[in-house]
Amino acid sequence: MTKRLKRADAVIIGIGWSGSILARELTKAGLKVVGLERGKFRTPEADFALPHIRDELKYAVRQELILDPSLETLTLRHAPHETALPLRRFGAFMPGMGLGGAGTIWNGMTWRFTPWEHQLRSRITERYGKGALAAELTISDWAMSYDELEPYYDRFEKLCGTSGKAGNLQGRLIEGGNIFEGPRQSDYPNPPLPRSHGGALFEAAAKSLGYHPYPTPSANLSREYRNPEGAVLNPTIFCGHCDRFGCATNSKASPHSTILPSLLLEPLFELRTDAWATEIVYDKAARKATAVRYVDMVSGDEVEQPADLVLLCAYPFSNTKLLLLSGIGTPYDPATGQGTVGKNYCYQVTGNVPVFFEHEEINPFMATGANAMNIDDFNGDNFDHEGLGFFGGALIFASPVHGRPIMGRLTPPGTPRWGRAWKEATAKWYSHGFTIHASGANFAHRENYLDLDPTYRDKLGRPLLRMTYNFHDNDVKLSAYTTGKAAEIAKAMQPTVMGTPQPRRGNFNVVPYQSTHNTGGTIMGADPKSSVVNRYLQHWDADNLFVVGASNFPQNPGHPPTGAVGALAYWAADAIATQYLKSPGPLVHT
Amino acid sequence: MAEADYLTLSAAEAAFLKAAADTIIPADALSPSASECGVIDFIDCELAGPYGEGARLYRDGPIMKGKPEHGYQLGLTPREFFRQGIAAADAWTEARFGKSFAALSEAERQNAFIEIESGKAAFDDFEAREFFDALLQIVMEGFFADPYYGGNRDMAGWKMIGYPGLPADYQHAMEHHRGKRITLKPRSIGDYA
Repeated sequence: MTKRLKRADAVIIGIGWSGSILARELTKAGLKVVGLERGKFRTPEADFALPHIRDELKYAVRQELILDPSLETLTLRHAPHETALPLRRFGAFMPGMGLGGAGTIWNGMTWRFTPWEHQLRSRITERYGKGALAAELTISDWAMSYDELEPYYDRFEKLCGTSGKAGNLQGRLIEGGNIFEGPRQSDYPNPPLPRSHGGALFEAAAKSLGYHPYPTPSANLSREYRNPEGAVLNPTIFCGHCDRFGCATNSKASPHSTILPSLLLEPLFELRTDAWATEIVYDKAARKATAVRYVDMVSGDEVEQPADLVLLCAYPFSNTKLLLLSGIGTPYDPATGQGTVGKNYCYQVTGNVPVFFEHEEINPFMATGANAMNIDDFNGDNFDHEGLGFFGGALIFASPVHGRPIMGRLTPPGTPRWGRAWKEATAKWYSHGFTIHASGANFAHRENYLDLDPTYRDKLGRPLLRMTYNFHDNDVKLSAYTTGKAAEIAKAMQPTVMGTPQPRRGNFNVVPYQSTHNTGGTIMGADPKSSVVNRYLQHWDADNLFVVGASNFPQNPGHPPTGAVGALAYWAADAIATQYLKSPGPLVHT
Repeated sequence: MAEADYLTLSAAEAAFLKAAADTIIPADALSPSASECGVIDFIDCELAGPYGEGARLYRDGPIMKGKPEHGYQLGLTPREFFRQGIAAADAWTEARFGKSFAALSEAERQNAFIEIESGKAAFDDFEAREFFDALLQIVMEGFFADPYYGGNRDMAGWKMIGYPGLPADYQHAMEHHRGKRITLKPRSIGDYA
């Protein structure tokens, strides 16, 4: 029997970046907020401490802080006519699990998207003509402009203590920063990190080719910093254990290091961990969400938490799945293009080129997750696409991210995988190589989407989310072009040995790690016929339901998503606090 | 080590793994062999524990053959996978060379691996390449994981490549040793416990 609890002002599903920001802002507005987190309660002191956090096998290989596939995974097929099979282990991407979510285990790259990316369809059509975009590319403009979101990008950077160098301060371009970024009203709160040796080699080569290298906007901090929540973060120690690990030194911005300390002390907030949300109870006639049902993973009890306001703030897969399971909105149908839930699922189109320098000491273990040198010269629309056969581009960057020995051993092409020759090459090149990456945009495609799998089930007996996804023409051409540009920079570095450029081609493969930048499924837009939420991330079919996260992105730019995830959370919180609470109802009328 | 000393491996499995791991990582001036570094003990512990039992592995059916891009699609736990894979590999070397893998000479083992890795070898009822990839992976884990897990004895794997281990504090080295060799005596979790 379902246990029914006392009504809350607001209930939040998922306490990662989005959920913790919304919880903090809504308690400031005076609401009583219940936070439901399906993972375990975790503290840095107990769970991310030295020496045990430096355990590559446990955290990086066996994936201790990653979603357990035996609880829930996805299925994949490459096209709508195929049968999907489950991802029995995670490989290509690593969804987070536990308090802090993916915000615990990220690398810390904190970009803003550009004004162009906020108006993608309009700007491409403007420059290249109405017929330029292939019909199957279902890309759309964001529902708010860069200028509107700018103050919220800024708030997230100040929460994180992002360390970087401005390239466009109120319209003034600054050499050494990213001159292709949108105008920012204020500089980063902290200066950039010192270059890694690999980053410096890349920077020199990129400059020699006339490009514009700049340091990663990094949530690995360059100095001690007290954020507006009163949390104190430490400078990074370059330990090389960012992605897949919690931070032992409180120097990577995460919900734990920036916002949970103040949130967990807030009397208006109640956190429930081990609480796996299974359904948003929806009153279709009244167009309201009335409660959230969840399973208490410790007792096994089913619980119903009624609330005036429901905030769905989980990872894109869970946001999409919960709407589908709750029957809120119309599932997307690729055959007709009708329906919206699950539409425009996007990933990241990654390519790379390894480089090896016999006489340079790279020290790959001396690294953080976000300390590369980068160029945007071949990202977005910063280069002419006329005649190229694709749109969009890639962030191209280089630096070792870690030198962890089970997973981080580069050897030149032609090296055997075992035996004496493997040993010799591994010993010789371990500290002498690194990889240039091209993180490419992924344009939404009519046949790439999410729905419920008809066969496979999760631990609670609910259908798994089914991913229908593959790389298409725009992706393959984009990757070939931008990986080619990365290879030209590699050549200009005059390495002893250049690795084989590896653009993305062929079928999407779930085995090798590529990126955890999964987006879309509950996209924002100006029209309820083609989007799930309006510009305030309020559901079109339930005005007291807000869906927040990377699931709102209509497509995925080349820059990593987390800066925009934080900005959207502050944006939605502000709309709720200043508009919705004063006059509950739809914030956009069509 | 006598059979009774292993948690889960049979004598024949341990003999196969020792021969295989030492072909992958033979002793030379760079390091002792994989088995001398405790890699067989590591594999035994891993396969006897939660990982071997299929923790963090989605095992629900139906079990169907997918494309390579679908990744692992067998219903087997890692323990079962290695049991069947080792048996299939030994059956193949019996048919191919007239001996179990462990009884082959070093040159024959290398040739056997080359045939398996290149896809020339076909095991009965088991994907030879998939088995070889998994074997390579678990041997590398044993050689490079923290010695806490029984392999990488004396941090031989870390010393071979110059990985300094713990505590991994490079706050000052990042600037002072940029582009310069760092020589640190490696330390492991056990050195702090």
